[in-house]
Amino acid sequence: MENNNEPAQRAVRIITMDIVVAALIFALGALVVWDSHRLGSGWDENGPQAGYFPFYTGLLVCISGAVVLVQGLFKLKSDRRVFVRLDQFKQVLVILLPSAAYVLGVQLIGIYVPSAVFIGLFMKIVGHYSGLRSALVALAVSVIAFLLFEIWFKIPLPKGPVERLLGY
Amino acid sequence: MEELNALFHGFSVALTPFNLMLMFVGIILGVIIGVLPGLGGANGVAILLPLTFSMPPTSAIIMLSCIYWGALFGGAITSILFNIPGEPWSVATTFDGYPMAQQGRAGEALTGAFTSSFVGALVAVLMFTFLAPLIANFALQFGPAEFFAVYLLTFCSFVGTGKGNPFKIIASMMLGFAMAAVGIDIVTGQLRLTFGFTELLSGFHFLVAVIGLFGIGEILLSMEEGLSFSGHGAKINPAIVLQTWAKLPRYWATSIRSCFIGCWMGIIPGGATPASFMSYGVARQMSREGAKFGTGQLEGVVAPETAAHAAGTSALLPMITLGIPGSPTAAVLLGGLMIWGLQPGPLLFVEQKDFVWGLIASMYLGNIAGLIVVLTMVPLFAAILRVPFPIIAPVIVVICAIGAYTVKNNMLDVWMILVFGMMGYLFKKLDYPLAPMVLALVLGDAAESSFRQAMLIAQGDLTVFWSNWLVGSLTTLALVLLIWPFISAAMTRLRALAPATR
Repeated sequence: MENNNEPAQRAVRIITMDIVVAALIFALGALVVWDSHRLGSGWDENGPQAGYFPFYTGLLVCISGAVVLVQGLFKLKSDRRVFVRLDQFKQVLVILLPSAAYVLGVQLIGIYVPSAVFIGLFMKIVGHYSGLRSALVALAVSVIAFLLFEIWFKIPLPKGPVERLLGY
Repeated sequence: MEELNALFHGFSVALTPFNLMLMFVGIILGVIIGVLPGLGGANGVAILLPLTFSMPPTSAIIMLSCIYWGALFGGAITSILFNIPGEPWSVATTFDGYPMAQQGRAGEALTGAFTSSFVGALVAVLMFTFLAPLIANFALQFGPAEFFAVYLLTFCSFVGTGKGNPFKIIASMMLGFAMAAVGIDIVTGQLRLTFGFTELLSGFHFLVAVIGLFGIGEILLSMEEGLSFSGHGAKINPAIVLQTWAKLPRYWATSIRSCFIGCWMGIIPGGATPASFMSYGVARQMSREGAKFGTGQLEGVVAPETAAHAAGTSALLPMITLGIPGSPTAAVLLGGLMIWGLQPGPLLFVEQKDFVWGLIASMYLGNIAGLIVVLTMVPLFAAILRVPFPIIAPVIVVICAIGAYTVKNNMLDVWMILVFGMMGYLFKKLDYPLAPMVLALVLGDAAESSFRQAMLIAQGDLTVFWSNWLVGSLTTLALVLLIWPFISAAMTRLRALAPATR
């Protein structure tokens, strides 16, 4: 986290993100309106159709998204507050990308092994802990989770080849 | 005194050794959740909810509500010792609590905070005991139109009382409603908003949304801020506790005002956080020592803590009596009730007496247990906060993943918490409130079906929402709240113009 006040530090402004998110919200709303209209957003002999309520929900999403978007466009020049600096965003990715890899791991080989690997590697690489300490914490969390869910509460979590080797 | 009889029956339900043990386990887990970054009342309860599916509902709700009390207590610890509010409602506690800790009066501040939390909760539970049956009884006469009007009032009050851009509040709320609509329509059996993906058939589960929005989202925010904890040590011994207790009666007026603010604001959705700020502000204006607030006044800790805890407790009142939760955590508890097959609402008081009065009795006992736990175990909880973030962060991601999977044994939900996490990160930074979205996601189906039923009965005539004085005044009040931000903006503009034209 050095060079915090360096003016050259690249950053995204709040107002830019505000406009982008408002546009996304508008698009989501439009999607809801479109699908509700397809289902029928009016009345038939049984009363309100399936799309009746979501249609107006989507419409309100669209309207509020559009208003926030226009409000943002008016302030585009004047508002210079920073949403996130590049170094901060890198920190976010430091946890987000490994988390995504972890979820992929869970999908492929069950939850217990990826959990231990994720915690251990994160401690070692990001936290600069010794290999032994990282391994101990990682194993402890996985083993406690295994005892808690598979043995005591009998709630099955995703399992893979390693758990099968152990007979589960 | 029918309520007292029912209450004593409730104590007999709640006071089994198993339930007492669950109470202490719940409080301890709750405080830990309240202390850890990335875990809060709402997603903490959401993650632990699946563990309670095998318990009897009364025991389960006792444990879960105790987690909630624990989280309310826990927020104060981080605020005072570390100047980091563990929960949004404990932000106001940092104003005077942290300066006290810097002056070496952490024990006094903590004792004051815990004791006034306890007082606030106790007053709110007393109110709950006598008011809840009345409201439930009254609500028994509600038809679909009345229920929809109450839902409308709940959601419009987010706009009316919320700070910030009203359009962002509406956008967040309506996205929640849209997500609630995804899946099979219960009335017609048609598929809505699934766009051909079979995974979307069962819709978005709000527990998954809560775990992602609050859990993963909070971790992303904490990583960005590069959190490093540097806190003050806390020593609480009986002497400090007794000394502080001797001082507290001096602030009786502040305490009563804060209880009142808390109880009132708690019934309104999203109440605990504004209640704590409001109570702090009022105390500063009314107190003789008002000018010294912010420099480490015990009164400045008493006011927000009393109000936050009173509000947190009274948030359960509309949830139990009307089926409308006053906070995201209450919404998660409500979801739990539905999973156990209990339909929250006025009928609960008629059909599930044991459950309701057991819960109310556990509110008294749980808060006593909470006070004992936090006063005796503060050093332990403070030690948990000193565990470095590179260990905490991946462990919480793992806990969130497990929590999301156990909701309905679906791998897609584990992916969804990442999506919701990014959404929570963006929304939090751009001032879109998350509470209206969660509440809309929980209540969406119920609100929609009451709206459809009302419209069916009235054959599509919207005047059904003004067909009698009750539903009419609810609807009108809701609409006034909805346009309130615009009225107040217009009034400030007029006031600014008035001197200029003179």
